[in-house]
Amino acid sequence: MTQSDYGRSGVPGSVAGHRMSRRSLLRGAAVGAGAVTLPALLTACGGGPGGDGSTITLGSNSSDPVPKKAFADAFAAYEAQSDGRKVKVNTVDHNTFQENISRYLQGKPDDVFMWFAGNRMQFFAEKGLLHDISDNWQEYKGFSPALKAQSTGADGKQYLTPYYYYPWAVFHRRSLFADRGYQAPKTLDEYVALARQMKKDKLDPIAFCDKDGWPAMGTFDYLDMRTNGYAFHKSLMAGEVAWTDKRVREVFDTWRRLLPYCQQGANGRTWQEAANSLQKKEAGMAVFGLPHPGAQFPKDEQDDIDFFPFPVIAPEHGQDAVEAPIDGFLLAKKSKNLKNKKTLESAKDLLKWLATGKAEDIYLKSDPNNIAVSDQADISAYSPLQKKAVELVSGAKQISQFLDRDTRPDFSSTVMIPAIQKFISDPNDVDGLVNDIERQKKTIFAAG
Amino acid sequence: MSLIPARRTGRRAARRFTGRDLAVLGVLLGIPVLLDAAIVWGPTLASVMLSFTGWDGVGDIKWVGTQNYENLFTNYPQFWPAARHNLLWLAFLGLVAAPFGLLLAVLIDRGVRFSRFYQSTLYMPVVLSLAVVGFIAQLVFSRDQGALNAVIGDTGSPTDWLGDPDLNIWMVLLAAAWRHTGYVMILYLAGLKAVDPSLKEAAAIDGAGEAQTFFRIVLPTLRPVNVIVGVITVIESLRAFDIVYAVNHGRNGLELLSVLVTDNIIGEASRIGFGSAIAVVMLLVSLGFVVTYLVQEIRGEKNR
Repeated sequence: MTQSDYGRSGVPGSVAGHRMSRRSLLRGAAVGAGAVTLPALLTACGGGPGGDGSTITLGSNSSDPVPKKAFADAFAAYEAQSDGRKVKVNTVDHNTFQENISRYLQGKPDDVFMWFAGNRMQFFAEKGLLHDISDNWQEYKGFSPALKAQSTGADGKQYLTPYYYYPWAVFHRRSLFADRGYQAPKTLDEYVALARQMKKDKLDPIAFCDKDGWPAMGTFDYLDMRTNGYAFHKSLMAGEVAWTDKRVREVFDTWRRLLPYCQQGANGRTWQEAANSLQKKEAGMAVFGLPHPGAQFPKDEQDDIDFFPFPVIAPEHGQDAVEAPIDGFLLAKKSKNLKNKKTLESAKDLLKWLATGKAEDIYLKSDPNNIAVSDQADISAYSPLQKKAVELVSGAKQISQFLDRDTRPDFSSTVMIPAIQKFISDPNDVDGLVNDIERQKKTIFAAG
Repeated sequence: MSLIPARRTGRRAARRFTGRDLAVLGVLLGIPVLLDAAIVWGPTLASVMLSFTGWDGVGDIKWVGTQNYENLFTNYPQFWPAARHNLLWLAFLGLVAAPFGLLLAVLIDRGVRFSRFYQSTLYMPVVLSLAVVGFIAQLVFSRDQGALNAVIGDTGSPTDWLGDPDLNIWMVLLAAAWRHTGYVMILYLAGLKAVDPSLKEAAAIDGAGEAQTFFRIVLPTLRPVNVIVGVITVIESLRAFDIVYAVNHGRNGLELLSVLVTDNIIGEASRIGFGSAIAVVMLLVSLGFVVTYLVQEIRGEKNR
C-alpha cells in the first residue's frame, strides 16, 4: 500500500476494486455472522443423536491424555457389561469446560457430565440445572458419610456420583529426607524448624507457586483449618464470617511466618515449575495435591515421592480435616434426551455402575494419580503412595474440597485469586487485604 | 476526484430506478445495515443495559441502577490499576515503540547495508499473534527457567521478571513493543518510499539540514501514515489482552480493562452485570478516541 491509499479512505480507485471490496465485505460479514452463531452450534453438537434410549452422551473435561484414556477404558468396560447401552463421550479442554459450565448447563448439555463436589456443585443444583439422583444413592454402597455430604445439595437431595479424589498434603522426596536425615514434622514449630534447617542446607525449603492463581489456595485452606477448624473454614467460605475477623488475620499472620521459607517469586511460577524444583531437589517440600508431583516426576522416580499431612497448628483441631477434592458424574437437567424415560434409566444405570468399586479400579489402573472414593475398590494394586493417601483420607474427620470449590465461583475467581497473589507479593498489609476482601465479599454475596 | 463523476452518474441513474433496482439496492444496503445493527449495535446496547443489572447468567436479571459502577470505582481493587495499565500501554506504544519504528524505517529507507534483512527480521514479530508473543516472553523472562536469567547467570536471587508486580508490566510492554515497532516500521517504510524525492532536493537546495528536511518536509508529507499509526496504536493499547492473558491471566500487576471484563463475564464467575459495567467504561474510553479522530478527519476533509 502506498501513502495515497490512506488519504483517500472510502473512495475506491477503480470499479473493479469497488466490486471486489463489496463482495469481500459481504463475505466477511457472512463469516462474522458465522462466528456469532458458532458457539450456539457447538453447544448444539453436545446434544448428540436423539434419545434412542440406550445411547448416553457424556460431557468430559478430561482432556489430558492420561485421564482421557483411563476414562475411555472405564466406559468401554461399562459398554461391554451392559446390554447394548452406549456411552458417547464429548471431550472438551479442561479449562474451557470449566469456564463455559454455566452456558453449557443452560444450553444443550450432555446427559451425564463430569464435575466437582461441594459448593461448586450445590451452586448449580440451586439454580435447578442438575438432576436429582437421590434414588440412586439409596442403592450406592461403600461411600462414607463425608462423601455423601459433599454430593448433597442445599436442599438435602443428592446430585453427584463421586468417582475419585486426591488429597492435598506436604510432598517431598523420600531419598532427600533420608540422605539429610530430615524427619516429617508433626507440628507447625517442627515444620518451621525443618524449613530453617533446609535453608541452612542451601535448599529452598518450600516450593511455592501461584501464577495460575489456585495453587496457593491449598496452603490457605490448610492454615485456616488447622488454626480455626473445619467448621470455621466452612462458614468463612459460605460468607457467614467476616474476613476482617481476628481468626482470619491469624491465618495470614501464620502464613507470613512461613513465607521466608517459601520459594521467592511465587506469583511468577507455575505449579509445574514448582514441582520440577522439588524433583530436582532444589526445594525440599511443597503443598500439593496427589496428582501434581507425579505429573512432573520421571517414571523411575515416582516411587521416591512421599508426603506428610499438613502439620498441626491448634492442638484442638489436630489434623482432623483433609483437603481432598472429589470429582464425579452428574446428570444435567436441561438435557433433552433425559426427558426420554429410557435414556434417563440408562444414564442412571451408568452412574450406578460408575459408583462401584470395580469401575473405579478400571479407571485408576490407567491413572494412578488419584484414589478411589468407594471402600469397595481394590486397593491391593495401589502404589505405596496411593495407599498412604487412602490412609490419610480415611482417617480424616472432615473432608474439604478446595477454596475454589467450597465457596462461590465469582468470589473465588474475582476476589480471592488477586487477594492471595497480593498477599504473596506484599505480605505486610494484612489489614488492608482483609478489608478489601470483606468489602468485595459483601457485594458479591449480597448479589444472591 | 473520482468521487464527483461517480456521484453525477448516480443522480442521473436515480431517475431510471426500476423496482428491481430498488430491490437490489434495498437488499445490498439492508443486509449490511442489519448485520451492523445485529452484530455491532445490538450487543453494544445490550451491554449498556446489562451494566445496570445484576445477573449471574442463570437466574433472573435484576435491575440494580448504578450500583455496579459504584462498586467498580470504589470497591474493586483491580480496576484503577487496570485503567492505569491501559494508559501506560498507550503511552509506551505511542511514545516509545512508534517513534522507534519510525527511526528504524528512516534508517532502512536511507539504504543501510542488508536493509532487506533488517526489514524482514524486524517485521517478523508482527506475523505472530500476541498470545504467541506472550508465550515467548515467558520463555525469556521466566524466573527459574527463563533465558534471560540464564544469560545473566544470576542464580542466587534471580529477578522475577514476570512475577514482580512492579516489574512485569514493563517486561510485557517490552514484548508488545517488540511487535508493535515492526508494524509501525513497515507502515512508515511504505510512506517514506512514496515521498517525492524532489521535495527533499528542493529543501536541500534551499539550504535545509538533514534534521530540518526530515521534520519540516518529510514528516508533514507522512501525515496520512501518522494518522494510521496513531489509530492502530490506540486500538492496540485498548484491546491489549492476549499477551497478558498468556503470561498470567492478567493478574498480579498485569491487570487490563479487557482482562477484567473477561474475568467477570466469561468463566465460572458470571458476574455479567458487573463485567458489562467495565466493558461500558472501556467503550466510553474508546469512544473518546474515536470521536476525536473523526472530528479531526472531518475537519481535515473540509480544509482540503
